[in-house]
Amino acid sequence: MSLLEVKDLQVRVEEREILHGLSLTVNPGQVHAIMGPNGSGKSTLSHVIAGKPGYEVTGGQILFKGEDLLEMEPNERAAKGVFLAFQYPVEIPGVTTWNFLHAALNAQRKARGEDEISSPAFLKKVREVAKSLNIPQDMLKRGVNVGFSGGEKKRNEILQMALFEPAVCILDEMDSGLDIDALRIAADGVNALRSPERAMVVITHYQRLLNYIVPDVVHVMSKGRVVKSGGKELALELEESGYAQFEDAA
Amino acid sequence: MNVVAKTETGRALSDAFAVARDRLPGKGKIADQRRQAFDAYERLGLPHRRIEDWKYTDLRALMREVLPLAPAPDAAALGRAAAAVKLRAIDGVRRLVLVDGAFAADLSDLGNLDKGLTIRPLREVLDAGDGALSTQAIATDVSNPMIALNGAMATDGVVIEVADGTVLVQPLHIVHVASGTAPASMFTRSLLRLGRDAGVTLVESYLAGEGAKAYQAHDGLIVSIGDNARLDHVRLIEDSVDAFNISSATVSLGAHAHFNTFGLTSGGHVSRYQLTVTCAGEGSKVETNGVNLINGTQHADTTLFMDHAVPHCASREIFRAVVDDRAHSVFQGRIIVRPDAQKTDAKMMTRALLLSDDAEADNKPELEIFADDVTCGHGATTGALDESLLFYMRARGLPEKEAQALLIQAFVGEAIESIASDALREVAIATAQRWLEARA
Repeated sequence: MSLLEVKDLQVRVEEREILHGLSLTVNPGQVHAIMGPNGSGKSTLSHVIAGKPGYEVTGGQILFKGEDLLEMEPNERAAKGVFLAFQYPVEIPGVTTWNFLHAALNAQRKARGEDEISSPAFLKKVREVAKSLNIPQDMLKRGVNVGFSGGEKKRNEILQMALFEPAVCILDEMDSGLDIDALRIAADGVNALRSPERAMVVITHYQRLLNYIVPDVVHVMSKGRVVKSGGKELALELEESGYAQFEDAA
Repeated sequence: MNVVAKTETGRALSDAFAVARDRLPGKGKIADQRRQAFDAYERLGLPHRRIEDWKYTDLRALMREVLPLAPAPDAAALGRAAAAVKLRAIDGVRRLVLVDGAFAADLSDLGNLDKGLTIRPLREVLDAGDGALSTQAIATDVSNPMIALNGAMATDGVVIEVADGTVLVQPLHIVHVASGTAPASMFTRSLLRLGRDAGVTLVESYLAGEGAKAYQAHDGLIVSIGDNARLDHVRLIEDSVDAFNISSATVSLGAHAHFNTFGLTSGGHVSRYQLTVTCAGEGSKVETNGVNLINGTQHADTTLFMDHAVPHCASREIFRAVVDDRAHSVFQGRIIVRPDAQKTDAKMMTRALLLSDDAEADNKPELEIFADDVTCGHGATTGALDESLLFYMRARGLPEKEAQALLIQAFVGEAIESIASDALREVAIATAQRWLEARA
């Protein structure tokens, strides 16, 4: 069975249709890249998969392991194994990263009927993951993303991905705001999480990121649809020729 | 002119006072003070919205009448009170319990008092006719009707004296418990005097025994903090959600004295806390912090009057209100800097978080500055929980109520952090936690 299946998805925001029948099938172990110009609907797709309020699905469906994802609350989706790495991770003053991650992990475990993880066990786990991502301990004691640099915020997203061990990870414009060194660290973190059971959907505007996270499948989005799919070479082709040819196709 | 003073309820209270007089401790001069205070209340009547100070808390509409005095608690009432006290017991404190407006010696801890510490029930002090102390304890600002009424009717309370240089390690905890199952009024008045270089932590809490619902707690506290002395004060209103709590505290600081106060209101149907703080000695420092956590149809009003009378004093106010359902939070903060009070540093910040469309928060900051070399400022914000933060947290697996709870804890955190004692900060956090769990 496919891990994630988007079928003929139609989505409106405030009376304006953004996605006009988008389809996408992601199997375990695969890394899909979704590329496209600004306004093609890439971020809308990631938001609808994660369950962000404000989007009206007017047609189609999203299945996750065969279950109707659109019927679930955002927190239920997270507990089932859907993870969205935000393009712009928010800052939450007054809520320490440590406390937030512990509460979130336990909420997910509770929703899955698993035992909660104790503070010492959690501390050990989060320290290991943080170390592997070069995240200093004191970042965990600060408010979530408060005063973090762009690179630190993205690393914090990957830390959470590693901690929650989701089945499908949606990475929304992970490269935005990152210099080349920060991008490499973040990409290494993502690559370390690639596994035969896990799938990733990498949404990006630029081909650059795909030099570091090499996809199995590349989709080109334009005007709310997937207009072309192919192998990783499609990304290079786009880098040469740009998106203009597809805007006509859409 | 107050044409409605003689309403039916006004007359009933007048009769009640006449009846109660014999039960009220203190004769001679004290009885005269009470009479004058009651006359002042009668002239003014229950405050209403056309009086500026009571614009948001119209007691005539909200409370309608002052209930007659509660009877002295019987054994069953004391038993219910003891259970309520036990449920909210704080470890390591010296407990002083007032049940239905009467000092409950059996529930209180008066043994092995530290050297330099004196604690006596107000009734005993007034009955003994202890001149200056009695006069101070029952002293009343007759321009404020509810303080006047409290002075007129106070049946008991605690009188605490801390001698010069005495620093108490063990906090004192005054617990007000309502245990009567029939609605009635309790009037209590307490006095705390700290000598020079003294140090005390005082906790006050307000609780309901099982079955106590629509009672009225009328309380007053008078505090003088000597030169170079320090008072840490924590106040927890956990009254029944049908109850009324009308309280006042009047605090005066000597030179280089320090007053740190924190109040948390999560209980009570209608509460009004009037805090007047006077920096009367140079170099004194005041930190006033408060949190309202209210829902349903609760109404919670904190009215602060910060009086900078002398130079070189500093005051900080941090107030946070979390308002759900149709609840109504009021914060009025008036800072006055008198002409001599040069080099005053006074700042006030109030923020309200509205959790529903019908919730209401009124912030009324007032700065009156008569000195020209001062640093003063205030700010106020009102808003809802940030949807983008909520979505982020939900996308990480937190159910909506849990995500809200974390954001609410963070919102009130800055005010709670101001509590100096680790143990009491934990008590305040636990109280807030109970409120959050009850709404989940």
